[in-house]
Amino acid sequence: MFSLTTKLIGTLTAAAMGASLALSPAKAADDTIKVGILHSLSGTMAISETTLKDTMLFLIDEQNKKGGVLGKKLEAVVVDPASDWPLFAEKARQLIEQDKVAAVFGCWTSSSRKSVLPVFEELNSMLFYPVQYEGEESSRNVFYTGAAPNQQAIPAVDYLAKEEGVQRWVLAGTDYVYPQTTNKILKAYLNAKGVKDEDIMINYTPFGHSDWQTIVSDIKKFGSAGKKTAVVSTINGDANVPFYKELANQGIKAEDIPVVAFSVGEEELAGLDTKPLVGHLAAWNYFESVDADANSDFIKKWHTFIKNDKRVTNDPMEATYIGFNMWVKAVEAAGTTDSNAVIDSIVGVSVPNLSGGSSTMMPNHHITKPVLIGEVQDDGQFDIVYRTPGLVVGDEWSDYLPGSKDLISDWRKPMSCGNFNVVSGKCGGVTN
Amino acid sequence: MQFTRLLFVLALMLSAVTCVGGANAQNVDDATLRPLVQALAGDNFDETTKAISDLVKTDDPRVSSILNALSAGDLYVAKADKTVFLGKRDGSAYAATDPLTAAKLDPVPRDAAEKIKVNNRLRRDIAAAIGGLTLMSDKPAERRSAAEAILKTRDPESIPLLDQAIAAESDKDIKALMQLARAAAVLSSTAPDDAKIAAIAEVSSGNSRDALGLLTPLQGVDGPVGDAARAAIGSINSKLALWNGIQNIVYGLSLGSVLLLAAIGLAITFGVMGVINMAHGEMVMIGAYTTFVVQQIIRASAPGLFDYSLLIALPAAFLVSGAIGVVIERGIIRFLYGRPLETLLATWGISLVLQQAIRSWFGASNVQVGNPSWMAGSFDLGLLTLTWSRLWIIVFALSVFAVLQLVLKKTMLGLRMRAVTQNRRMASSMGIRTPWVDALTFGLGSGIAGIAGVALSQIDNVSPNLGQGYIIDSFMVVVFGGVGNLWGTLLGAMSLGIANKFLEPFAGAVLGKILVLVLIILFIQKRPRGLFALKGRAIEA
Repeated sequence: MFSLTTKLIGTLTAAAMGASLALSPAKAADDTIKVGILHSLSGTMAISETTLKDTMLFLIDEQNKKGGVLGKKLEAVVVDPASDWPLFAEKARQLIEQDKVAAVFGCWTSSSRKSVLPVFEELNSMLFYPVQYEGEESSRNVFYTGAAPNQQAIPAVDYLAKEEGVQRWVLAGTDYVYPQTTNKILKAYLNAKGVKDEDIMINYTPFGHSDWQTIVSDIKKFGSAGKKTAVVSTINGDANVPFYKELANQGIKAEDIPVVAFSVGEEELAGLDTKPLVGHLAAWNYFESVDADANSDFIKKWHTFIKNDKRVTNDPMEATYIGFNMWVKAVEAAGTTDSNAVIDSIVGVSVPNLSGGSSTMMPNHHITKPVLIGEVQDDGQFDIVYRTPGLVVGDEWSDYLPGSKDLISDWRKPMSCGNFNVVSGKCGGVTN
Repeated sequence: MQFTRLLFVLALMLSAVTCVGGANAQNVDDATLRPLVQALAGDNFDETTKAISDLVKTDDPRVSSILNALSAGDLYVAKADKTVFLGKRDGSAYAATDPLTAAKLDPVPRDAAEKIKVNNRLRRDIAAAIGGLTLMSDKPAERRSAAEAILKTRDPESIPLLDQAIAAESDKDIKALMQLARAAAVLSSTAPDDAKIAAIAEVSSGNSRDALGLLTPLQGVDGPVGDAARAAIGSINSKLALWNGIQNIVYGLSLGSVLLLAAIGLAITFGVMGVINMAHGEMVMIGAYTTFVVQQIIRASAPGLFDYSLLIALPAAFLVSGAIGVVIERGIIRFLYGRPLETLLATWGISLVLQQAIRSWFGASNVQVGNPSWMAGSFDLGLLTLTWSRLWIIVFALSVFAVLQLVLKKTMLGLRMRAVTQNRRMASSMGIRTPWVDALTFGLGSGIAGIAGVALSQIDNVSPNLGQGYIIDSFMVVVFGGVGNLWGTLLGAMSLGIANKFLEPFAGAVLGKILVLVLIILFIQKRPRGLFALKGRAIEA
């Protein structure tokens, strides 16, 4: 029922803002290359997505200072899909057909990505998707620069099992596709490692859930079975604040039952009194506190651009940065912005990431990145306590789910297939 | 495990020390201690763990404060010469002191030093190590945390240490805690069966949830120990089942009082006046933002008053939201009386305007509203953990309800309000200025929504979307309770809260909410006017 209001309000806002937000000037000058930015600037997701729009404007500005791409300046076309999933598809179509953008950077929730996917495939354009997601997807026209489950969830579980000796697992999430798929993969992974079903508790809550008393007390009960317990949280957005508050109020400390979160970053902690959270964990591929020259340079320039040195940086911003630079490099290699040429040239492109290494676009349109685990500090930053020794390749089809373990994706010619079944040797086998 | 060995060494040393006659261990000189402290800044956690155990072995009195600093993240290492120092952030530098001599060092710039990293495992190790060091401390708080640390590690090697401590302990509570820790340690040791059975009895007499954690691993053991454990677990579980029911009721009351707070202002604007006020949630949100502003001012000018910030925010929020309510009523709603559909659309428009105004003013992100110290933490009632913030909100919701009843029933303003809403023409001909009463009634409802915002800022996110989350629930409560009746709102809120909490454990939070909605629909089918239907001619008007 909330989503209905939200949706209605979202649509209304979108309609109201449609007129004023036509930021795209109609002049189709040949001396610029247009880049589409498809992030919600109003509605529930505006909190997270507005920052990514600013990041894109910042990156385009930086690139133009360096002389643009192929001798042409880049021009940003910003649209507002207003946290309304069907509107994402409409706006994507508008960007590609009317504004003739060379590539689109955007989307946050999986629902919005699923909504625009057919549009990008039909019109053969390119989407760079910068947020961690549940996997189980690979498209010729989409480039996933956020983490797949094996680049975030599984290393985090491994860390807890090894460093903290965790034997009992609470998988708590918001009730939608990303937490459900991630938890399915994690459960299969834990089962494969010998954890019994009775040692796994799965719990879903609605978006924006605020009364956590019962669930936290259940977690406490679950954790008092004499085995070390941890919470793996895919709780999304706002609901995290009252969740952590309730944990702290009921006296659950990070030393007793640590929580590792996949959706809580610097941006989310900014609205939170972090003292009760100290010691709880988050797994990402980037933290603002990463000690690398590329990172401090990025933060300094970002602060100058946004004219506010209190603004934090976070993982999806780094993924946007990587995706944008990969696109620039691929366009320069191809010598054109034509989608087919760029899609061919981008595989294998390697650009520096912000954590002091470099990331490479793989044939499955996912990238390589290090996995970092950080502990929350009282200043709202993360202290990195673990880093995978090497880079982890994003695995689009999870090896732990029965439906997808035989599938691979390789968009290089001649295979050029997003779901190749290695057992049957055929392309297009989603189920085996 | 590392600290098992370490505690064993400690135990040996301490007993050796006491044999010699209680003389304190000779301090190690700085030259030997310093390389050990330096070693804390190892390359990985294993090196740090080793350094901690080496340090503890020295049994130097300074060790426990150094380790405490490490655990709190106050220990830094200079990047250039790798010296370890005690740092305190001071602008763009760290004010540095020597961890051994406490001598002041030159301040170190922020980017020239690195914090020595600790994770949860290290913090636990440190707590256990310090626990061994401070079990005989002369400060009760230290002894208590030492006993708690051993209760967590359940290390059999610490039994002799505990025996000494128990014998010397004078505080009853701490002694009980130590005995529990000893019993826990006995259970994980290889002690004979009768000692273990005695330990099971000891453990199960205390807090049942902790006991369950200690006893569950023994469940599968054969023989008398296993039997005793299973019997103890059985009796604890039946006790817990009873408390589960109580917990559901208490948590339900707590959820109910949140619903009551959110709905009670609406019970006036919608219930009494009949205005479908979609901007009600925004009045709550504005109340929460008022709390934020009040706290900002207090933080900046009088930090000592922070604990009273909510009390100061209450009248402020009432006035701000109430004034906005009066403006809305005078500016828009008064032209729309008797046209519910237009009122609905207009107030919805107002709600969007208010949200966007707050968003432009304060930004789209959540703002941080602090909890005063008396709202933080929790207390145990039997086997039930109740947080202070929830308890205060129950108390607060009920007192708001009582005050509102008083205003409506016992004051002249209340009398006029009731008169106007029951029969406007008659009231008017009696000389009541009905437009004035309308504005005040709407202002009162909005003001109450504002003080609800003060309370909700303590348990929910303060963001421009805060109100949206409550508007549907509020209408649900008012309609379910019976439009126009405050008692109905109270009963409606509490029964919805309790129903929700009883459904949640079985059906999960998502399905539980849906089930509640279905139940309400069925109920409204049966009784369209809610729990308490207004009777008489008033409803015809």
